[in-house]
Amino acid sequence: MYKILNKQNLNQYITLLEVYAPFIAKKAKPGQFIIFRVDEKGERVPLTIADFDREKGSITIIFQVVGRSTELLANLDVGDYILDFVGPLGIPTHLDGVKKVAVVGGGVGCAIAYPQAKALFNSGASVDVIAGFRNKDIVILEEEFNAVSSRLFICTDDGSYKEKGLVTDVLKRLIDEGNDYDLVIAIGPIPMMKYVSLTTKPYGIKTIVSLNPIMIDGTGMCGGCRVKVDQETKFACVDGPDFDGHVVDFDELMMRNSTYKKQEMLDKKHNCRLVGGIQNA
Amino acid sequence: MPNISLKKVKMPELVSTTRNTNYEEVSLGYSPEMAMEEALRCLNCKHKPCVSGCPVGVNIPEFIQQVASGDFLDAYDTITGTNALPAVCGRVCPQESQCEEVCVRAIKGESVGIGRLERFVADYKMNTDQDYEIKNKSKNGHKVAIVGSGPSGLSCAGDLARLGYDVTIFEAFHTPGGVLVYGIPEFRLPKQIVADEIERLKELGVEIKTNMVIGRVLSIDELIEMGYESIYVGTGAGLPRFMGIEGEELVGVYSANEYLTRINLMKAYIEYYDTPIRKSKSVAVIGGGNVAMDAARSAKRLGAEHVFIIYRRNREQMPARLEEIHHAEEEGITFKVLNNPVKILGDENGQVRALECIKMELGEVDASGRPRPRAIEESNFEIEVDTVIVSIGSSPNPLIKSTTDGLETNNRGCLIVDEKMATTKEGVYAGGDAVTGAATVINAMGAGKVAAKAIDEYIMSTIVNKKAI
Repeated sequence: MYKILNKQNLNQYITLLEVYAPFIAKKAKPGQFIIFRVDEKGERVPLTIADFDREKGSITIIFQVVGRSTELLANLDVGDYILDFVGPLGIPTHLDGVKKVAVVGGGVGCAIAYPQAKALFNSGASVDVIAGFRNKDIVILEEEFNAVSSRLFICTDDGSYKEKGLVTDVLKRLIDEGNDYDLVIAIGPIPMMKYVSLTTKPYGIKTIVSLNPIMIDGTGMCGGCRVKVDQETKFACVDGPDFDGHVVDFDELMMRNSTYKKQEMLDKKHNCRLVGGIQNA
Repeated sequence: MPNISLKKVKMPELVSTTRNTNYEEVSLGYSPEMAMEEALRCLNCKHKPCVSGCPVGVNIPEFIQQVASGDFLDAYDTITGTNALPAVCGRVCPQESQCEEVCVRAIKGESVGIGRLERFVADYKMNTDQDYEIKNKSKNGHKVAIVGSGPSGLSCAGDLARLGYDVTIFEAFHTPGGVLVYGIPEFRLPKQIVADEIERLKELGVEIKTNMVIGRVLSIDELIEMGYESIYVGTGAGLPRFMGIEGEELVGVYSANEYLTRINLMKAYIEYYDTPIRKSKSVAVIGGGNVAMDAARSAKRLGAEHVFIIYRRNREQMPARLEEIHHAEEEGITFKVLNNPVKILGDENGQVRALECIKMELGEVDASGRPRPRAIEESNFEIEVDTVIVSIGSSPNPLIKSTTDGLETNNRGCLIVDEKMATTKEGVYAGGDAVTGAATVINAMGAGKVAAKAIDEYIMSTIVNKKAI
């Protein structure tokens, strides 16, 4: 049983939970994820680690309600317990030697990009953060990103806050202005990661994306999280979750992630306010 | 007077036409009278061929004589002297190719029903003697860690705990049991049976820590630093193989591991559980082993109208237990043998719509001792299915190897061990599917036992001596 130490509703859809899991906190690194199971009847769902505090022994997760399990999780309060919490899973992001980086986050994906920005900023790298949201109401982590970036660029689809436009517009502009990034990290909805990768490809800038396919065990056992990378089948849980965005087959990933979407909505009579969840964030 | 019947006492089973709609255990087990009658078929041979056919060396004639005379609890003690999981083994061991294969009674007629008797004894014990006292041996003050709580790890843990060791099992999943809980379906091995057997181990003092992925949360070296004097790696063959054919990425293609885990561990077949599973009309299961039978029978129980087993050799060469093949047939699974899948076809939404196969014929006997199948040119045909389950085996999980220095594997990814199950890293032992690739529950248990003995010798000689110096 894993106790919830802290909870914040970052916006209408996105929740932050800080969970007591000292073993995981001791080991967690940027880019890794956990798998949770709320209760006895729950599914096993992967979530990327948004932050960790080794001294306090806590792991922070930030997530958006996209189905029954995330809804149950969002309904828990401080002092409640999560039945199962396992991690840290996956290979940590390789950040060594990075001098100048653009960290691109989309919606709730910003939460996953945060530890990467933080680690790079703390290691002395120049970190430009580009965070994109649909509108002003769902902007998250602005203060946090301000603290761990050299420059923070926020853009919204409808222009209701800061710059109007897409993260790819900002990224392209920054590259064209002569910012010679040695790495771009893109985390967010699959289409966003796809288009960021397409944006950087002509410039030959190495681009890492963090994939979140359907998964059960997180140790390579089920093979459900297979993704095609450079024409090869990889398991995101043990070979990833980070991959080279220039060679990921995003369309296949999108197709496979839709496996249970229709069925879940029919079966559980779940009225998701964001049909398609994370992909529309 | 021995019972001279050439046939085993029949074991009652659920009727095939109704059982394929539920998850109740198919085989119902013997009554005490049936068990005594079957036990009387044993000739109590002096040379005990059955014992040598058993990977864990259960003293079979002795326990059968005890059953024959109605001393069921004594029979239990005899079995558990060497086998930590009798209720499991009585159900899932391939007895026809082990103890029962070499039974003298099998020369003419059927062998003694050793597996059925073992199951009876274990069930009898559980049903009648819940509060029996465990004779705990005093602790010897030495600590051993076991990675993985499948049959191999459990058997190693049981033997070491009986020797007085402080044993901790680390399990990656939220429930212990390994393949016994995620792989083998309820209708073949009720999960309560596994839970009960694990409870017995806990009573012996074995500690089980779940949600611990060794290789990530703790490394093997860190376990050693934490004071575990020896480590046993029983992580199984948990890396599914795929065929590498076109269309395997389509929606509706599962590995048998994923399909069975959703059903067995995550209870996707029970409506109020949250884990989803595909509602299929027509399913192709590729492969001919026990896992393929389990997946096919599960698909039927989930409501599929048509379920096909696609196997590239003939029925005689199928690696599945005979009983499982029969049960599958009785439950309405269609066997399409001598067929090899070449392509999975999808619709415009990326959903599986058909499986393209090619017909096969058998040629010369190959290295596996079986006739080699070869494709008959231009015999391709399509089977309309909406789900494909790939069950062609699995490789050892690479997580431990990739995170531990000094642990060698062979070219198939299997951990290299010597005859005592010692790996190439001092103090680290391994066994079961992590060493052999996908094999049987009982072989994994046998390896766990050999390792337990070797670990005891290692700690008593090397470590204790070092401390004495």
